[in-house]
Amino acid sequence: MTKKQILINSLFTENAVWRQILGICSALAVTNLLMNSLVMGLGVIFTLACSCFTISMLRNYIPNRIRMMVQVLIIASFVIIVDIFLRAFLPNMSKALGPYVGLIITNCIIMGRAEAFASKNTPVNSAIDGIGAGAGYALVLLIIAFFRELFGFGTLFGVQVLGAWWTKWSIMVMAPSAFFMLALLMWGVYTLQTKAKKS
Amino acid sequence: MEISVFILFMAAVFTSNILLTNFLGMCSYLSVSKQVESSIGLGLAVFFVMTCTTALNYAVYYFILVPLDLIYLQYIIFIIVIAAFVQLTEMVIERFSPVLYYSLGIFLPLITVNCAILGVSLFMIIRNYTFIQSVAFGAGSGIGWMLAILALAGIRERVNEKFIPIGLRGAALSLIITGIMALGFIGFSGIAVIQ
Repeated sequence: MTKKQILINSLFTENAVWRQILGICSALAVTNLLMNSLVMGLGVIFTLACSCFTISMLRNYIPNRIRMMVQVLIIASFVIIVDIFLRAFLPNMSKALGPYVGLIITNCIIMGRAEAFASKNTPVNSAIDGIGAGAGYALVLLIIAFFRELFGFGTLFGVQVLGAWWTKWSIMVMAPSAFFMLALLMWGVYTLQTKAKKS
Repeated sequence: MEISVFILFMAAVFTSNILLTNFLGMCSYLSVSKQVESSIGLGLAVFFVMTCTTALNYAVYYFILVPLDLIYLQYIIFIIVIAAFVQLTEMVIERFSPVLYYSLGIFLPLITVNCAILGVSLFMIIRNYTFIQSVAFGAGSGIGWMLAILALAGIRERVNEKFIPIGLRGAALSLIITGIMALGFIGFSGIAVIQ
């Protein structure tokens, strides 16, 4: 596979959220605001790319029996970098995201990509695969957050879009709407894919 | 934090259910909820590990990390504590109760990467709980998680997928069921609020 194919494959065809149903925890929690989702998405892209690169470089040296533990430690180190960066430069964002920054460690997308791709491929290709998977994840976050913020607050990135005539759907701010939005998104994607396969 | 332990416990089970309001532990929740029997096993394992690791992490954080000024290492330390505890429990159960091992033990490795466990430890630090509050919160969250997965498994066993559009089958349907359950749990929110 060429580098471009790897990127497209991990971004759309094998998209972690809607194809493999991974990383849903944080996908639902931070999507009530677009800004939160964007920062979270960038954090995940950074962690994925760096940890896939590192794991791939070390792939021939990590003993097979303890490889999960080593991978978790590598991922955790990069998450700490993201966390310290957010605390220093975006303190408000760090508060808003709360524990979900730390929970990037247990985001199954990262472990999934490390196991499935980085432990078998060269470092550069793994990093590209990581960026693709991270971007696919960020894409899903932004799609869900777009609708939740628009209908829930009438704003986009904090800027008022819908006027005073708009009745805010408070359900969109609350937890259940996240489940519904993701379910609708998955439904749409699956339906499109089955149609594409038939034709 | 002036919340009584009992209120905190009830809130963790119902109003601030770790899964339905904080979305933690979704991966194993969606994949293991096909049968009631296996979801009971996983739920019990989560409850046990969550209660114990919350207590352990509390001790590690306040007696080791804070005095040594190593707070920034909390993520790594917490995940090591959880992984080590899970490994230890697995070995102990395997040695002393093979029956329990076959019903519970197979779920233990899944738990290391269950974000609800790490999440509870992080919430405990962020909300400045005392030791007793932390244990109550951990136990309550574990029970709440078990309740949610049992409810979903119970519903999924009765759903006949033949009458459902192809695109909606599987994960998407589970998410919609979970959404309706979350709506129901919001109805409890008059009882107690923690945040």
